[in-house]
Amino acid sequence: MSTTTKKTYWKGLPQLKNDPSFVKHADKEFVDMGMQEDPGHSRRDFLKMMGFSVAAASLAACEAPIRKAIPYVVKPMDADAGIPNYYASTYVNGGDYCSVVVKVRDGRPIKVDGNSLSSVTKGGTSAQVEASVLSLYDSYRLRGPKLDNNATEWETIDKEVIAKLAGIAEKGGQLRIVSNTILSPSTKATIEKFKSKYPTTTHIQYDPISYYGLLKANEESFGTAMIPSYDFSKAKVIVSIGADFLGTWLSPIEFTKGYASTREISEDKREMSRHYQFESNLSLTGANADYRSTMKPSQEGAVLAQIYNIVAGRSAADSGVAHVEKAAKELLQNKGNSLVVSGSNDKEVQVLVNEINNLLGNYGSTILTSDPINFRQGNDEAMASFVADAKAGKIAGVIFFNCNPVYDYPAGADLAAALKNIELTVSTSYTPDETASSVKYMAPDHHYLESWNDFEPKANRFSLSQPAITPIFKTRQAQESFLIWAGETDVEYYSVVSSNWNNWFYGKQTASTNFQSFWDKCLYEGVYEIPSEKKELSFTSHADEAFSKATSGAKSSGYELVIYESYGIGNGNQANNPLLQELPDPITKATWDHYATISQKDAKSLGIDSDAEGNTKLLSITVAGKSIKLPALIQPGQAVGTFGIALGYGRTRVGVVAEGIGQNLYGWVGNSNGSLNYNVTAGVSVAVTSDDFQLAQTQIHQTYMGRTSVIQESVLSEFKKDAAAGREFPKISNWDEKVDASSLSLWKGHEYKNHYWGMAIDLNTCTGCAACVVACNVENNVALVGKQEVINRREMHWLRIDRYYSSDANPEDYKAAEIASENPEVVFQPMMCQHCNNAPCETVCPVAATTHSTEGLNQMTYNRCIGTRYCANNCPYKVRRFNWFKYHDNQQFVQSNPAMNTDLGRMVLNPEVTVRSRGVMEKCSFCVQRIQTGKLGAKKERRPLKDGEVVTACQAACSTGAIVFGDMNNPESNISKLLKIESDPNRPYGIDKKIGNPRAYRVLEEIGVKPNIFYLTKIRNKDEHKEHA
Amino acid sequence: MQVTSSIREPLITGGKTVRDVSEDISRQVEGKPTQLWWIAMGISLTLLGFGFYCLCTLLWEGVGVWGLNKTVGWAWDITNFVWWVGIGHAGTLISAILLLFRQKWRMSINRAAEAMTIFAVICAATFPFAHMGRLWLGFYWVFPLPNTWGSLWANFNSPLLWDVFAISTYFSVSLVFWYMGLIPDFAVIRDRAVRQGHQLRANIYNFLSFGWDGAARTWSRYESVALILAGLSTPLVLSVHTIVSMDFATSVVPGWHATIFPPYFVAGAIFSGFAMVLTLLIITRKVFKLEDYITIYHIELMNIVIIITGSIVGIAYITEFFIAWYGQVPAEQYAFFNRMQGPYWWAYWSMMTCNVISPQLFWFKKIRTNIVATFVLSIIVNIGMWFERFVIIVTSIHRDYVPSSWSMFHPTIYDMGEYIFTFGLFFSAFLLFAKFFPVINMAEVKSIIKSSSEVKQKH
Repeated sequence: MSTTTKKTYWKGLPQLKNDPSFVKHADKEFVDMGMQEDPGHSRRDFLKMMGFSVAAASLAACEAPIRKAIPYVVKPMDADAGIPNYYASTYVNGGDYCSVVVKVRDGRPIKVDGNSLSSVTKGGTSAQVEASVLSLYDSYRLRGPKLDNNATEWETIDKEVIAKLAGIAEKGGQLRIVSNTILSPSTKATIEKFKSKYPTTTHIQYDPISYYGLLKANEESFGTAMIPSYDFSKAKVIVSIGADFLGTWLSPIEFTKGYASTREISEDKREMSRHYQFESNLSLTGANADYRSTMKPSQEGAVLAQIYNIVAGRSAADSGVAHVEKAAKELLQNKGNSLVVSGSNDKEVQVLVNEINNLLGNYGSTILTSDPINFRQGNDEAMASFVADAKAGKIAGVIFFNCNPVYDYPAGADLAAALKNIELTVSTSYTPDETASSVKYMAPDHHYLESWNDFEPKANRFSLSQPAITPIFKTRQAQESFLIWAGETDVEYYSVVSSNWNNWFYGKQTASTNFQSFWDKCLYEGVYEIPSEKKELSFTSHADEAFSKATSGAKSSGYELVIYESYGIGNGNQANNPLLQELPDPITKATWDHYATISQKDAKSLGIDSDAEGNTKLLSITVAGKSIKLPALIQPGQAVGTFGIALGYGRTRVGVVAEGIGQNLYGWVGNSNGSLNYNVTAGVSVAVTSDDFQLAQTQIHQTYMGRTSVIQESVLSEFKKDAAAGREFPKISNWDEKVDASSLSLWKGHEYKNHYWGMAIDLNTCTGCAACVVACNVENNVALVGKQEVINRREMHWLRIDRYYSSDANPEDYKAAEIASENPEVVFQPMMCQHCNNAPCETVCPVAATTHSTEGLNQMTYNRCIGTRYCANNCPYKVRRFNWFKYHDNQQFVQSNPAMNTDLGRMVLNPEVTVRSRGVMEKCSFCVQRIQTGKLGAKKERRPLKDGEVVTACQAACSTGAIVFGDMNNPESNISKLLKIESDPNRPYGIDKKIGNPRAYRVLEEIGVKPNIFYLTKIRNKDEHKEHA
Repeated sequence: MQVTSSIREPLITGGKTVRDVSEDISRQVEGKPTQLWWIAMGISLTLLGFGFYCLCTLLWEGVGVWGLNKTVGWAWDITNFVWWVGIGHAGTLISAILLLFRQKWRMSINRAAEAMTIFAVICAATFPFAHMGRLWLGFYWVFPLPNTWGSLWANFNSPLLWDVFAISTYFSVSLVFWYMGLIPDFAVIRDRAVRQGHQLRANIYNFLSFGWDGAARTWSRYESVALILAGLSTPLVLSVHTIVSMDFATSVVPGWHATIFPPYFVAGAIFSGFAMVLTLLIITRKVFKLEDYITIYHIELMNIVIIITGSIVGIAYITEFFIAWYGQVPAEQYAFFNRMQGPYWWAYWSMMTCNVISPQLFWFKKIRTNIVATFVLSIIVNIGMWFERFVIIVTSIHRDYVPSSWSMFHPTIYDMGEYIFTFGLFFSAFLLFAKFFPVINMAEVKSIIKSSSEVKQKH
């Protein structure tokens, strides 16, 4: 109890020293700072307080709404706000396959890009793959399991399904699992487990777009039902008979890449493949062909016969189709380096195609039977017998595994009726589609971006799917459902897949020393390939038999109908995706509509006079007593006497986006030699009704009117002589002489001291596939405006693909030059903001909302824009897009633009890009957000930006590498090398660089706006150049 | 009795005296509105009401309610704007340039013409505002106001900004000029009201006349100011439409990009302005019984102005075609071909008929001194001038450089509604003006009446 230990705390040195000034104020808590003893309040103070209160009150009144941002309590290791993560995954839809990389921002997948590590798709994507990210946020998705269309719990579903399965198994009733092609080894193993529990189960695979004829043909020729790989990159002569291999046939992403590599030319490589196309509809592939001939589907046999006879050295009867003989002779000259493909699903036709390819020695070179593809395994005969069994009441239970046969199988209606009498009907579809709504139990699977999966697109080439987001709804991986229903205990599908990989593949490799690192590597790369020996299958010829069968085929009687897969919405699975509905068809440029394409001649004879604005009449088309009404779209290049109608429309259970659009054509798909036949060659009658219809097209003028400053093209023979063939060098008159158009300017010209962004687009390798258009939409939150607004010509696409037909007329004859040829040449030109150095838009904006950056970008400041639209009027390229309405948070646009109008849809928006408000102008920004990200990354690492670090969305989506973007100040960049840029030594950073590539031109060079986008001339591999408009 | 020259027609007929002038002109202001006036006002207000509804819809929904599209960013809006601005040219031309040229015949028509100018400019100004995507910001961002955004400033390169300056200057000078001229006349009405014992009216017009006292010094200042303002307005008459034409001339659009535009637009503006003055005055002189003040001679002179400016416009059209051919620019050549034979050929030929062919009828004295013919032709000229702007704007941009983007423009009810709105506004304002303000400049007219007090006493 000693007081000596008591500590004293002193306030400071003055207390310690007992400073007098301290002692004086020691009793006061606060030190007086010399204020008046009695401060009082002056009038001035009162006014100050008053002023402050008024200001504070009014400021408080205009406070911004509070938005809650809740931080992580424990931050996940790889989740940094604002920094995207990328996950390798795989897109599979009804047989289409694509290895992808998913960009995830703040836990939400917002973009899908191609995975360049995949040896199958090689980094390419398609419009559907790009758009698939929006399907994840489709409001029409099932929120959880349903029983008799009422929401229920998984436990209930499981209990009832297991009970019924057990009951059926006890009675020995027949069970069926119906699916599209399954190319997942783990899924197949899962189905095997299910089958071993319920041995009466049969797994039936069918595809909405069937390739069964091809499978069977190869079975006949090679003894195995398989589809080989086609290597277009090795083909010097390509002959396609109705196969749209760049658009929809078999594996277009892969083929586009190979094909484009043969179309690439330069000063140093003056060779390219020659491509013949014989077809009825003008397809994307036909549009790219050097020689395209029209034929009716019924002429297919005759064309093949003529080719076969010439190739076989026999005397050949003329098929009546142009260029067949020429094509066949060139095939012969390029034995081993040629390729003949046919889009037919008729086994006999495909056998004859095999015979031709065999005679040409293409097996082992352009066609690889050693590397068969797995993604088209649908068996039409098995499916037909399933439907017959179902109708006959022989089936006790059926599980529809992510497929929709009620809609996309020809006998879908019969199947739907038969389902009512089946004891157990289950669908795992993630939306309540036509099939799901005809079954008792809806057990929705995850969207592919929420799932674990593995795939084997080609033998020994594997890829993985991994979830990029926690399941949004109470859905469940379908394979887990199967395992649960099979009574398995280990149902966690992630562990199923990984243990399968452990068992199957880990042992076959030596690079990784433990499974975890092997698995992590596979997951990181998304793909895994087992090196294996290539063994070509041996060919057995059935030439004579095949010849007689294939050529004795369909006889024409009147109109013929060609049913094709819609380029945009494909087989109809993604019909509810507005990105695809508003994607202009690469050829017709129509959006949001289903139509029948009809030749100009037939239109005239039927008396259809559709004007330029898409006003047309409905046609009443009757096949076998069933008739439908569809608008006529007059299509240059359509074979006379034929119609083309797309599949994928006429969905009835689809959600608001696609509701009521078009007709379901699957019902008209016929059958020939056991496989589905997409050509109707007999019994087609057509009548014009008096009903008006307006198609929504994004381009209503079809020819380029001989404007060689827009499109510069030539033919290979000219190009061989002069690499600048087809180029136009516009001159303008000075006071005494004619000088280069770009050499005179009022402006001094910019100097870009740092980067100088530019782009080059090769018109030769651009196939017009439009994957870039969708990629741009998704990346830049481009609003989708719906059919009426497209009719009003107000689509918002920042990047469009101009498609021009040739005209037979003299370009000087303006009126005639507007009319496309009966079978025109086609050219595609991607068109977006040209980022002009002397930008006409910049000078006219009254408020300086569009300005030039120090790196050559023409930039748009949305929040400064007042919307006078002067910039758009003054844009020679017409690439500026105005927000005519408020496209976001506006119920008027909920149907066409869910990404900005529903809570679910908004999750897809790219947070790096502003959603534009009503009344402002917008346009391509060269993905300025990506440029910024690239520059920041380099800055953090204190190094210069490397070429290829900044990739625009369109460039990333382009399978063929037709779009090259980069820094034109950097002599090492791809673009500098491609364009052969030489800087002026006196002005190294100036804009007037010498472009050494003779093919490179700027569109509308003569007006001197000096764009930063260069186009490389279009060269066709034709014998002679035809002057046309 | 008015003293008249034997070789020159009197400008004011009917032997009017100074008192008659005050009487005739003030009568409208002092009397009750006629039934005809009420009917006209009723129609104008109906148009205004419907137009206002369309305008509100436009502002609420967005510019998308109009028929514009990705290719045609301007159509009726800027057509109407240029049309109204053009009409607004006659007033200042009459009061300023003709004042400087000592053309006394202008005195009976300048008041109404100036009023028309002011209302037309107001109507014109509604379109640049309405056509903006974000009016709520645009109406002040286009002015070079100091702001908190650092160095952000309006873009002085933009012809639209020049427009803002040109129109606002023109409007303010015209307004001041017009009002200046009204002051002595307001004082006359005030004085008469005092005599008639109308206290309220006296007060109001006293206020409006700024307490005009009629002193010699006041008159002297009045005339100096009038002359100065006339001097100021004269270049404006030429500059406003010159600058409006630069909206087009400085662009790269084929069909817009033409150095002939400034003189061509000014001539067109005077052409249409005089036509509109004629339309209005022929009605006014009839309704308000002012035939002695606005005589056939006035009408004939204005018709001569129309024939001259109409011919200038015609030559401009032909010159454009010549240059398109001579210039050898394919896009330009196509633009002019497209005007004549493209989808909007009817607009082009309407323009040619109304603007170039029909005014040539005024070469006949019988026609240019015929009131009905003049009235009909004045309306035709204004229709033609509307089409001229439509042809320049829409047919040039709907098919410009890149054929893939070629499109058509179809007006909607809201395009029309906005036009109707300005008609309602214009006629409502003009009727109010005609009722409450002296429609003829009494003070000036009195100066050209040569009267003798002797004669008057005899009378």
